[in-house]
Amino acid sequence: MAIAVLTLLLTRNLFSVIVLSGIYSFLMATILVALDAVDVAMTEASVGAGISTVLLLGALSLCKSEEATPAHKPWLPLAVSLSVGALLVYGALGLPGFNDTAAPMHQNVVPRYMQNEVDVPNVVTAVLASFRGYDTLGETTVVFTAGAGLIALLRRRKKIEPVESGRKDDA
Amino acid sequence: MKNDLVLRVIGKLLIPFILLFALYVQFHGDFGPGGGFQAGVIIAAGIIFYALIHGVATTRRIVPDCLVETMLASGVLIYAGVGLAGLLFGGNYLDYFVLDPNPVLGQHRGIFWVEVGVATTVSGVMLKIYYMFASRSGSED
Repeated sequence: MAIAVLTLLLTRNLFSVIVLSGIYSFLMATILVALDAVDVAMTEASVGAGISTVLLLGALSLCKSEEATPAHKPWLPLAVSLSVGALLVYGALGLPGFNDTAAPMHQNVVPRYMQNEVDVPNVVTAVLASFRGYDTLGETTVVFTAGAGLIALLRRRKKIEPVESGRKDDA
Repeated sequence: MKNDLVLRVIGKLLIPFILLFALYVQFHGDFGPGGGFQAGVIIAAGIIFYALIHGVATTRRIVPDCLVETMLASGVLIYAGVGLAGLLFGGNYLDYFVLDPNPVLGQHRGIFWVEVGVATTVSGVMLKIYYMFASRSGSED
């Protein structure tokens, strides 16, 4: 995984960058499986490695395949991302250990979720669709809004180029 | 890529199983890993796979734009409709316990329709995004 990230940083060919980020997503999915988060792993593999790779390749066919050399040196962004990363690592050190049943997050609502009054064997589904139904409704609305926004943005572009839109509608 | 025999044969073999697997992930989400979001993405992936092989124009004939846009909106409506059904049966919004005389069955029914809604919206959005990109580049077919 580290190799994939390092190669990602150094490569300037966008095609290999996209393929490498797909590989990275698949490795991430295997890590999530190892952490017993199978639902998230499935999402990561299908969205991160599958759909977004295809979409990025589609975007790549609209532009040049070599990354342009940046106009200025990236020292400030580098410093910002390094310090934020260091902060996150520092914060993560304060978290309770993995599989620690005495951790505060397992004390409040989790026992009730685990009693499983919904009687659905997969607790993740029960939490997402039933206990946290409002959240998931919000998420679905977000996905819908993203799609609607994209339609609004790209449709308008089509009208500016009437020749192309006519040809595409025929096809 | 229309004339690539290997791709066409493999696609013909794989796509039914991809769609079947999506349905499995969708309806087995209560028992194993999976659920509406993953199933929606897998459905979209199967259709995008078809589009990569046979071109976007052919795919648009099978899965037309109006269907995709209807899916986009109807998924959210199904989800919100489950909430309203809870209100109609005398419970709170998104309260599944009242959907069936047996509260546990009511929960199962609610979760089932909610997941159907999520899958519909997600696969609609993914397909729409792909169509948008592909029809702008024009080099996919």
